[in-house]
Amino acid sequence: MAPPELPDPRGRFGPYGGRYVPEVLIPALEELAAAWAELREDPMFRGELAALLRDYVGRPSPLTYAGRLSEALGYRIYLKREDLNHTGAHKINNTLGQVLLAKRLGKSRVIAETGAGQHGVATATAAALFGLPCVVYMGEEDTRRQAPNVERMRLLGAEVVAVTAGQRTLKEAINEAMRDWAATVRHTHYVFGTAAGPSPFPALVRDLQRVIGDEAREQFREAEGRDPDAVVACVGGGSNAIGTFAAFIGVPGVTLYGIEAGGRGEGVGEHCRSLTLGEPGVLHGAYSYLLQDADGQVAATHSISAGLDYPGVGPEHSYLKDAGLARYEAATDREALEGFRALATLEGILPALEPAHAIGWLLRRPLPEGSRVLVCLSGRGDKDLETVRRALAAEGADAGA
Amino acid sequence: MRDLEAALRARRDAGGRAFVPYVTGGLPGADAELLRALAEAGADAIEVGIPFSDPVMDGGVIQEASRRALEAGARPLRVIATVAEADVDVPVVLMTYYNPVLRLGEERFLEAAVDAGVAGVIVPDLPVDEAEGWRERCLACGVAPLFLAAPGSSPVRFRRIAEAARGFVYCVSTYGVTGEREELAGTAEEVVAALRPLTDVPLLVGVGIGTPEQAAAACAFADGVIVGSAIVRRLVAGDRDGALELARAFRAAVPRSGA
Repeated sequence: MAPPELPDPRGRFGPYGGRYVPEVLIPALEELAAAWAELREDPMFRGELAALLRDYVGRPSPLTYAGRLSEALGYRIYLKREDLNHTGAHKINNTLGQVLLAKRLGKSRVIAETGAGQHGVATATAAALFGLPCVVYMGEEDTRRQAPNVERMRLLGAEVVAVTAGQRTLKEAINEAMRDWAATVRHTHYVFGTAAGPSPFPALVRDLQRVIGDEAREQFREAEGRDPDAVVACVGGGSNAIGTFAAFIGVPGVTLYGIEAGGRGEGVGEHCRSLTLGEPGVLHGAYSYLLQDADGQVAATHSISAGLDYPGVGPEHSYLKDAGLARYEAATDREALEGFRALATLEGILPALEPAHAIGWLLRRPLPEGSRVLVCLSGRGDKDLETVRRALAAEGADAGA
Repeated sequence: MRDLEAALRARRDAGGRAFVPYVTGGLPGADAELLRALAEAGADAIEVGIPFSDPVMDGGVIQEASRRALEAGARPLRVIATVAEADVDVPVVLMTYYNPVLRLGEERFLEAAVDAGVAGVIVPDLPVDEAEGWRERCLACGVAPLFLAAPGSSPVRFRRIAEAARGFVYCVSTYGVTGEREELAGTAEEVVAALRPLTDVPLLVGVGIGTPEQAAAACAFADGVIVGSAIVRRLVAGDRDGALELARAFRAAVPRSGA
């Protein structure tokens, strides 16, 4: 039996999701939900977006057979090359759609949060393309570790606001973007970057990202004559994963694996394993798995990759986990680095540290010999060179000690 | 619940307006003694916040107060215990984001609140749409479920809020988060005017009431005001006397009766 069409009319994926936001934001979310319900089926809108994805982003992105990595691991591994999109990651699929939507809603300004900076760059890009002013909120810590993307956003004409609250990473950036939106909601659209947040964002972002999975499924069938045995994607908020999974949910014989950031251990503040170590709670407008303490305060997190450094996760992933429709695992910082190195030296591809977690997990050979594997390579690694260089230097120092 | 709504109605029936100060619970200095002092300063009710790690409805002052409170070890049940310890003779309402409630369990949270004599609870990220079960539980134990109304809400939403409201409606004066503003926003009166024909429950204006003058202006159309950041800013600065002095100035600007 096919899984039900989700979310339900209340924005729920099973018990997860919903709209836990202050009243002042509700009208904008209602307006957005209504507009998307109409436009997602609208031939004109779909045509306009499809043309942009083809002519501007460069879709369809290729599916690359990773021959040497496959040989090393005993699998048949294919990489869905979202790293080759304009701006270097899957994020542009979502931002072009949302900025088009914002134009239709008559909004004159867009804002966004960003962790690794990829969503910020993609939003700044779409805003430049459509002539809208853009403000991107980014944790101060992330502005440091992803400095090249801060430069990109500024060059694209966006204002980047460094957020100094709390841990100074993605969670605080979302808090600050939500505060901006509460004050500016009449004329501003909040381009939410991941498949989390209040309804309708989880479904909206998934719908805009499912182009990844739809393309990949067709390409995979062309290459292998069948569906993959395993589909693997990294999960922070979970947009590249849900976009990839969307084409395969409930398909017999296909197992979906979401890989969380395991950081440097299982202690509080050492990882971002909301699905594998968290418990359901409410953060940023949705009920979903969450890293939190006994009082419901949101826990500190750590990951080598800014894009996965988030204590929550999109509500559809929580549903898929509970329903047994996807499995969630974790790869540590070290495994991500190994994944980065493996892809660089075996395939000539520098991946972003986020999808390097998916590769790092595969290096454990967790699947049966001969498995046919689809991996979403959600972004490229240019932004991470400094982080990788430092981490490898530290590792070298450890080894020498 | 009767305590709260009855107290606010009595104030209105006398031709006066309600003054409700807010303090962040667990903030050093925001202890039982302070709550008693606020009652003595003439508060009609007192709002006590349970600090949360991610207060998206709050501006800089209350963010900072929340951070300091958590750093000082504030916990939801301890904040509620402070309310019990204060044992003030005016109604006390709690303000908390939803996750601490959810974590404790709605029922356990409400049990603790009832035991402490809490009269109502505001959950800013629990809009009426998501609050059906919560509202029933509150009503069942005699705690007022307090809801926010905001500028931009549709007539349908104003009606839902009016129907759900007990105790008072927290009328958010402006677009944005808590914090002082230069001027009282014109939208404050629009929110109150939209709700007035829909409910007899007292309508209190909050967010952006930073001066006694602004409070007096809001009292021309609302049944009272909630004042948070202006008071908390002084507490964060360690100026408890200043906070209480300001509370008295607000009380003086918010009429106790029509006389």
